[in-house]
Amino acid sequence: MGAYIAKRLLAAIPVLFGLTIIVFLIMAMIPGDPATAILGSYATPENVAKLNKDLGLDKTLFEQYVIWVGNLFQGDLGRSYTLNRPVLDEVLERFSATLILAGTALILCSILGLLAGVVSAVRQYGLADKAITLLVLVGISTPSFWLGLLLILIFAVNLRLFPASGMYAIYGGGDLKDLMHHLALPAFTLSVVATGVIARLTRTAMLEVLRQDYIRTARAKGLSERKVIYKHAFKSALVSIVPVIGIQAGFVIGGAVYIETVFQWPGIGSMLVKAISTRDLLLVQGGVLVVASAYVLFNLAADVVQTMLDPRLR
Amino acid sequence: MTDATITAPAKAKKKPVGRPSTLALLFNNTLATVGLVILALICLTALAAPLLPLPDPDVTAPANRLMPAFSDGHLLGTDHLGRDLLSRLIWGTRVSLAVGLSATVIAAFFGSLLGLVAGYAGGRVDTLIMRGIDMVMAFPYILLALAIVAVLGPGLLNALYAIALVNIPFFARNIRGITLGLSRREFVDAARLAGKSPPQILFIEILPNVLPVIVITMSTTVGWMVLETAGLSFLGLGAQPPQADLGSMLGEGRKILFTAPHVSIIPGLMIFALVMSINLLGDGIRDILDPRLRAGSLTRPVARTKVIRDPKDIPPPSIEPGVLDIRDMRTEFQIGGSVYKAVGGVDLHLKKGECLGIIGESGSGKSVTAMSVMGLVPTPPGRVVGGAAYLNGEDLFGASDKRVRDLRGGSVAYVFQDPLSTLHPLFTVGDQLIEAIQAHQPLSGSKAKEKAIELLSLVRIPNAPERLSAYPHELSGGMRQRVCIAMALANDANVLIADEPTTALDVTVQSQILTLMNGLRRERDAAILFITHDFGVVSALCDRVAVMYAGRIVETGVTAEVLANPKHPYTAKLIDCVPVLGQPERRTDAIEGRPPVVNNLPDGCAFADRCPRVQTACRTGQIELEMANETRGVRCLFPMNKELCDDQAS
Repeated sequence: MGAYIAKRLLAAIPVLFGLTIIVFLIMAMIPGDPATAILGSYATPENVAKLNKDLGLDKTLFEQYVIWVGNLFQGDLGRSYTLNRPVLDEVLERFSATLILAGTALILCSILGLLAGVVSAVRQYGLADKAITLLVLVGISTPSFWLGLLLILIFAVNLRLFPASGMYAIYGGGDLKDLMHHLALPAFTLSVVATGVIARLTRTAMLEVLRQDYIRTARAKGLSERKVIYKHAFKSALVSIVPVIGIQAGFVIGGAVYIETVFQWPGIGSMLVKAISTRDLLLVQGGVLVVASAYVLFNLAADVVQTMLDPRLR
Repeated sequence: MTDATITAPAKAKKKPVGRPSTLALLFNNTLATVGLVILALICLTALAAPLLPLPDPDVTAPANRLMPAFSDGHLLGTDHLGRDLLSRLIWGTRVSLAVGLSATVIAAFFGSLLGLVAGYAGGRVDTLIMRGIDMVMAFPYILLALAIVAVLGPGLLNALYAIALVNIPFFARNIRGITLGLSRREFVDAARLAGKSPPQILFIEILPNVLPVIVITMSTTVGWMVLETAGLSFLGLGAQPPQADLGSMLGEGRKILFTAPHVSIIPGLMIFALVMSINLLGDGIRDILDPRLRAGSLTRPVARTKVIRDPKDIPPPSIEPGVLDIRDMRTEFQIGGSVYKAVGGVDLHLKKGECLGIIGESGSGKSVTAMSVMGLVPTPPGRVVGGAAYLNGEDLFGASDKRVRDLRGGSVAYVFQDPLSTLHPLFTVGDQLIEAIQAHQPLSGSKAKEKAIELLSLVRIPNAPERLSAYPHELSGGMRQRVCIAMALANDANVLIADEPTTALDVTVQSQILTLMNGLRRERDAAILFITHDFGVVSALCDRVAVMYAGRIVETGVTAEVLANPKHPYTAKLIDCVPVLGQPERRTDAIEGRPPVVNNLPDGCAFADRCPRVQTACRTGQIELEMANETRGVRCLFPMNKELCDDQAS
């Protein structure tokens, strides 16, 4: 198992390198001259040339990439010109807030999705199955940013049960209870679509597994139906569901962009949106790179879990 | 896309054949129809926007700002600049629809093209394209769209490109998979040999076959694309004022959420209705185009076969019941509109320590007979519709679920055909054995483990203690089947039902397993019901044999007698199929023709169409199983070797 994890980690390295190339190229493709953008259109040619030299833009693309990656290894992602602080500091701070939100949403959607999917499969064509199927359809069709607004109207404005924005109360609070209180609405909103996707997949996977010969064997052994479904069938179904949860992590982190904007969560999504509108491209670059790397590592974790479940993959 | 959406549901109504239940179909299709109607309404309204008597969506009237819904002249009220919301909603829907559909078409076009080329070219081109696709997919979906918008700058068209681009991988992957399979097919080889150029082959031969997959992928992603473009606009990165799509309306309305919630809630509702109707329809299209779902393959079998029999019509046990006594058992499968009578009234009895072979071709109903006994025939579509099975005098079909569970693996144990698929791949052999033991005996973990080792040694598995921690895939086929047998022996069963346990194994392993079973039978005095299609196996193991054809027993008797003097022409043919060592001139050809499909059995003898001795009388009425003596019987009007048999009987 340890050897397998090491192998997968090694295999992730080229992917991470690929990510840096794509992120670098995206930024390099930006039309317009950064020096002019910074200095304004009245800059003298000498000043532009000097700034280009300072920024390293007079070098070839390859040289620029090597320098950029070199800096990356030293933890230097440049400086945000709007915030006037190192990109890495800002990105890590924001990303930890996103991780709390997205992580909670991911746990929520995994539990709810698996549960709903299993119930749906076990009661196939029954009332519960139909209700869940319909709910899932509604869930995956609902724009999360709109759902967030609705929940704010209902639970924050009308019922006053949960706060409408922020990660902590501005005055006081800041403890776990306060965090949970602020987390409830955005985490739930963020989890809805992924719950639907996981529930759907779980249902299909369970139905697929329940038809297998080894389930008949389990029944022929005289096992209780509970054991047949929750031990034998569920474990097999989980093997095909785990990678999907890994992929859903990407959708959840991406979806956090909307939810953070709606609930003013101080995460990386709302940072990116602001950075894009203010054309703070170094910040965008750093943010995208960190989130994408985290996603790669998350998928790797999903792969490892899948391998732990299924000995045939080892 | 529009064509597909309009024609598909019409097909849906015509195609209910061979799928689970009409109720489920109706449920699915009703939803798809609802989706289609809503979508059509939305599309028509959006298309007709210029013709409708709507105020200009962009004309501001600060005096009329934030009017609530149902105000005079403004059905849905006005926004913070006094613009008519209904008008903006319809015009916004137009924009959102156009953008979502364009993004889908662009993604479908480039994605399919990449997929087609990668799948057809294979090799380096394939690797290159797919690695690139993998790279793109390594980014969280929306994040990549954001990065692209960051580069191109905010704007509706840029948002469209970004969403299209991030969706290309879905198409490329799906289409590549299908193309890869198709490009190995004969018709593609034929086209290649006919001198067609690769583009010709790709677009004339392969593309039409890939089209359903493209349509499915489109119908499942178009909802997403509408949603995501709206999302980008909501963030202020898509449509820029004064142009408005549903997303940007929602985004603008958000700023006045608390004072005028309707300004943001209404466009959101529209996005929801739009995406929901697209998804409903998309699911409908997928169900129709996806052959896997069409075959109704995804029905979950319940724990025990359903029994529907007339309580007044339960046959009593035989006078000499033995351990297992099956009386006039009938099992059917309901698939679509037709009923398959897999087992059409079977009588069998099994004495202690006796081995009875059931032999027949595939589809003769022998496995279903075996599975029916303990309710292991999948329901749906199977069900027991008549007869009885008595285990030591107890009616199994009438027993409670709990009782049947206790008997399964306890008194009656099964060994199935393919040991690779019948053992759970994710649990060790030891876990599965211990589980079987503990299901019926209150043993502690360590005691059960000892017993498991004992069982493995009993079936002659070397290094039994170490094998406990092996997974099924780590064992050879023969070893796996030994494990299955060990599992069946875990609780000292009276009856062992073996369903072709040696068919998946090679010949030497087969004989080892047979010897093992024979030995165990003698040691433990268990009765064995042995199902096979091979008379060679029957002669090696079974005391008696019953020959099944089209769900009924056509001949039965002591093995040696049946082998020496087959009375039914079908039995004779089956015996002829066994190759004999040292007789290479012996004809071992298969029986001509195929067994009848059991949903439409002919009158009279089911074998009549393949029988060399068929006469007119064979095709009418019921033909009974004539018992010559206690063990010997045949279901034939004109049995073979008649005189000989009569002599034996007397």
